[in-house]
Amino acid sequence: MAMSPRKRARVSRAVQYVVLAVLVVAVALVADWKTLGSTFLDPDLAREQFPDIISVALKNTILYTIGAFVFGLALGLVLALMRLSSVGPYRWLATTFIEFFRGVPALIVFIGFYFGLPIAFPGRQIPGGTFGVVVIALGLVGAAYMAETIRAGIQAVPKGQMEAARSLGMSHSRAMVTIIVPQAFRIILPPLTNELILLTKDSSLVYVVGLTFADYELTKFGREGLNDNANLTPLFLAALCYLLITVPLSIVVRRMEARSERAR
Amino acid sequence: MTERTRESGAAIDVLQLHKYFGDNEVLQGIDFHVGNGQVVCVIGPSGSGKSTLLRCVNLLETPTSGKIFIEDTEITDPDVDVDAVRSRIGMVFQQFNLFPHMTVLKNLTVAQQKVKGRGKDEAVECARRNLAKVGLAEREDAYPAHLSGGQQQRIAIARALSMDPDMMLFDEPTSALDPELVGDVLGVMKDLASEGMTMMVVTHEMGFAREVGDKLVFMDGGVIVEEGDPVAVLGDPQHERTQSFLSKVL
Repeated sequence: MAMSPRKRARVSRAVQYVVLAVLVVAVALVADWKTLGSTFLDPDLAREQFPDIISVALKNTILYTIGAFVFGLALGLVLALMRLSSVGPYRWLATTFIEFFRGVPALIVFIGFYFGLPIAFPGRQIPGGTFGVVVIALGLVGAAYMAETIRAGIQAVPKGQMEAARSLGMSHSRAMVTIIVPQAFRIILPPLTNELILLTKDSSLVYVVGLTFADYELTKFGREGLNDNANLTPLFLAALCYLLITVPLSIVVRRMEARSERAR
Repeated sequence: MTERTRESGAAIDVLQLHKYFGDNEVLQGIDFHVGNGQVVCVIGPSGSGKSTLLRCVNLLETPTSGKIFIEDTEITDPDVDVDAVRSRIGMVFQQFNLFPHMTVLKNLTVAQQKVKGRGKDEAVECARRNLAKVGLAEREDAYPAHLSGGQQQRIAIARALSMDPDMMLFDEPTSALDPELVGDVLGVMKDLASEGMTMMVVTHEMGFAREVGDKLVFMDGGVIVEEGDPVAVLGDPQHERTQSFLSKVL
């Protein structure tokens, strides 16, 4: 008996559900829940993590991320304007910077930055101690990505806006600052927030530079806890803390995207 | 072709203007003149170069060769302060080009403050005066997206007027409007003309050209084919190309 296309689709969907359910049940039966639980979420050890995991680690992750985001955004805007400049050397410089920092893993940038700078400039220090080092290194990487986003945003502003501004007698830079860039930032708010999420996770790379306890961020905190206790609970809690930051942010992004979709 | 000299009392004087886009010569030696207080309408098929001519007058397009004078300033001189010249010329676009992130009032005051250096109170007062003139005094807190096309275009005119320009350029100001909204915009332009504003209008509105224009210029293929009194040109076109164009649009 031949099935109608709609019926065939319904049967195929049912088969998919059954296979999925069987797989989940099989994995759940095979897994060693007891050991898993005591390794990933030992209640006593979990309690020990507080309040430091919040007051030190989460706080530092947020501080590093926000600092790097602000620095990266400012530098990214400058790079984007350089990319769009009519002055050749500005364009080449910005392109080189962007290609380098986008193409090299952030981890290597951290290592190079942390060990390279004291060799390059002996006796000098980055102001702000660890915070300064992290913000600049992370910000350099973020700036390269954000520059491309900002450039796309600027180019998405209709050409007539610049013409109208120039017709009113504004200089090119005045028009950029008052008319074009504010509109560009509205357009790129969702991708910029995504960039903030990526930076939050990239801040974990700070662990390669030597940190004292007061400078620990979530990943370093979790790894130290892992080493001290031979138990994954601190790291698991750190992961949950990341979600505490990133999930609300992605909800915000989704809302903004939905809103701009409606406005279209 | 004879070298024309400048006429005195001219608001806009264009001499032997050539403009290339790549290999395409869109303006092929234009001589064009707008007297002080005159309303000059430019008509022609699309691609005739009429918008390019208008855009050259405030240097949104850079002429390839030729000279353009705004009053006594040669704006094609490389040393000229383009921004200063532009702040004396009001420009109205087909697509309005209001600043969408600013309220109507802010649209009208931002350039007054940043370019003319006016204080906030003075700028707001001037903006309100011009909003009243275009009949939209009550919409100063609206954002452009909440206005109809006709309202947006009248705001755009008010924005240009707020810079106290010596002359106004209109680039097909009613072409993007629904037919029932065209009248409001043309009405504002008529009022402006009757106040003695110097105007250069690229348009398809033959009625406006006939009624308000002091001179009508017909362009085709990058040259001025025919020009003269609007009633005469529209009623009794001399050139064959003008005749064929007008027979299609009238």
